[in-house]
Amino acid sequence: MDGTLAVFNRAIVSYRRLWQASVFSSFILPVLFVLSIGIGVGGYISGVDGVSYLDWIVPGVLASTAFQMAVGESTFPILGDFKWVRGFHAMRATPVRIADMISGYQLYIIFRVLIASVVFLGVSALFGAIHSPWVVFTPFVCALLGVAVSAPTSAFAATIENDSYFALLFRFLVIPSTLFAGVFFPVSQLPALLRPLAYASPLWHAVELCRAATLGVAPPWPVAAHVAYLLAWAGLGYLLALRAFRRRLSD
Amino acid sequence: MIRARGLVKRFGDFTAVDGIDLEVAPGEAFGFLGPNGAGKSSTMRMIGCVSTPTAGELRILDMDPVREGPSIRARLGVCPQTDNLDPDLTVFENLTTYARYFGIPRAEGRRRAAELLEFVQLTEKSGSTVEPLSGGMKRRLSIARAMINEPDLVLLDEPTTGLDPQARHLLWERLFRLKQRGVTLVLTTHYMDEAEQLCDRLVVMDAGKIVAEGSPRHLIETYSTREVVELRFGDDAPATYVEKLAGIGERLDPLPDRLLLYSADGDAAVNEVHRRGFTPSSVLVRRSTLEDVFLILTGRTLVD
Repeated sequence: MDGTLAVFNRAIVSYRRLWQASVFSSFILPVLFVLSIGIGVGGYISGVDGVSYLDWIVPGVLASTAFQMAVGESTFPILGDFKWVRGFHAMRATPVRIADMISGYQLYIIFRVLIASVVFLGVSALFGAIHSPWVVFTPFVCALLGVAVSAPTSAFAATIENDSYFALLFRFLVIPSTLFAGVFFPVSQLPALLRPLAYASPLWHAVELCRAATLGVAPPWPVAAHVAYLLAWAGLGYLLALRAFRRRLSD
Repeated sequence: MIRARGLVKRFGDFTAVDGIDLEVAPGEAFGFLGPNGAGKSSTMRMIGCVSTPTAGELRILDMDPVREGPSIRARLGVCPQTDNLDPDLTVFENLTTYARYFGIPRAEGRRRAAELLEFVQLTEKSGSTVEPLSGGMKRRLSIARAMINEPDLVLLDEPTTGLDPQARHLLWERLFRLKQRGVTLVLTTHYMDEAEQLCDRLVVMDAGKIVAEGSPRHLIETYSTREVVELRFGDDAPATYVEKLAGIGERLDPLPDRLLLYSADGDAAVNEVHRRGFTPSSVLVRRSTLEDVFLILTGRTLVD
């Protein structure tokens, strides 16, 4: 546990130095999305499922912000700590265990996602887009989504040698997920053949949970099923990361 | 502190360390000397418990590096060959975040960081980020970082490679002070002067094996002669003089630009050269160094 907290501490100290760099993507961009698409595009739309488009899109943008942040923070920073900064090699020379390196970083992802979610919810509340006290659970849903995608992304980042793979990851997984996993329009609009792809994305499950919470309605699947799916990604991702880190740091 | 018997490290078909035996006693400064690819760093990585021995026995601080890695690493200080400092953090933060890896409480970490920065003469740079520091400063910071847990054993992998002479001397002086405090130092180097300056005892490694072992003095006496004469003969190839000078000193070693003459008494050897009627364009009599030993033992072929 000490080791995990020490790794978390290092990530926080770095964040304190470099937080300005991420202000735009973490805090400003999501609000711009809500303004342009929620209010701008929403003005031409009567609403979705009986609620205004703004109210409908806010939980989607909330979850997709967490999604993009968690993936992004697990690409270059992780590969960099193996290849350029070699921070993991520095930790490896101390009593810190490989599991601590992964857990400590996941704790940092949770921290980042929680802060971004709370700030975004505060702004959304000013626009009157929050309709249920269940909203207090959404930061935790975002945190779970964060681990569910950050852990496997960390495993991927620990496996590759060349950062150009990240472009493929964004092009073929992150951007399609953001566009088609129920953030901007209901998955039911997709052709039936493509819907399973949306259901497979962890983002869709978090979007539906957040939307149910901010609107005060029931999600499409039982809450436990959505949560279990995200937990499975988190658990499997953690094991993959453990394996990838071990391979990279031991011989 | 360290005991190895028949230690082997293989990577696939390649044998990096080929059955070495060694013993390092507390308070000793011990060196691994050898050309690139001799197996020094592989050995260091096994001692640092980040690489698992393929075969043989290895005990560090009387513990098993495979099963008790974290407990051993808690008492080691490691200064790696490639710096792995956090470039975006300040000098001070590099030490305090690293202290936490050892479970050192915040306040104690700050106290030790300040003290160590004083020790490596970086107090002025405390608040600067690491990125703009010179190579020598970064290396000093790495050494300070390796001391944060007050280690019993400090591992230094090529501590002064790539540094300018001033930086090297400052570093040597700091390492010498550590040694005086009773810290056990284990270092790798391919600089002979470094090994002579710092090591009480050293092993020369070549192609994964230990080819010689002893104190610098002992190695020079065993494998070289007390003095070496360097002879130059204008434009003539030194090799052509090997036969003409045969029998003077204990051995002759022609280099492209000069002839080395190993002898217990350099001046007597020079007199004999003159007596035989040869007049070298330049003559230098010097004490034998570890470099001579090293070249005798590992040959002159470039490794890479």
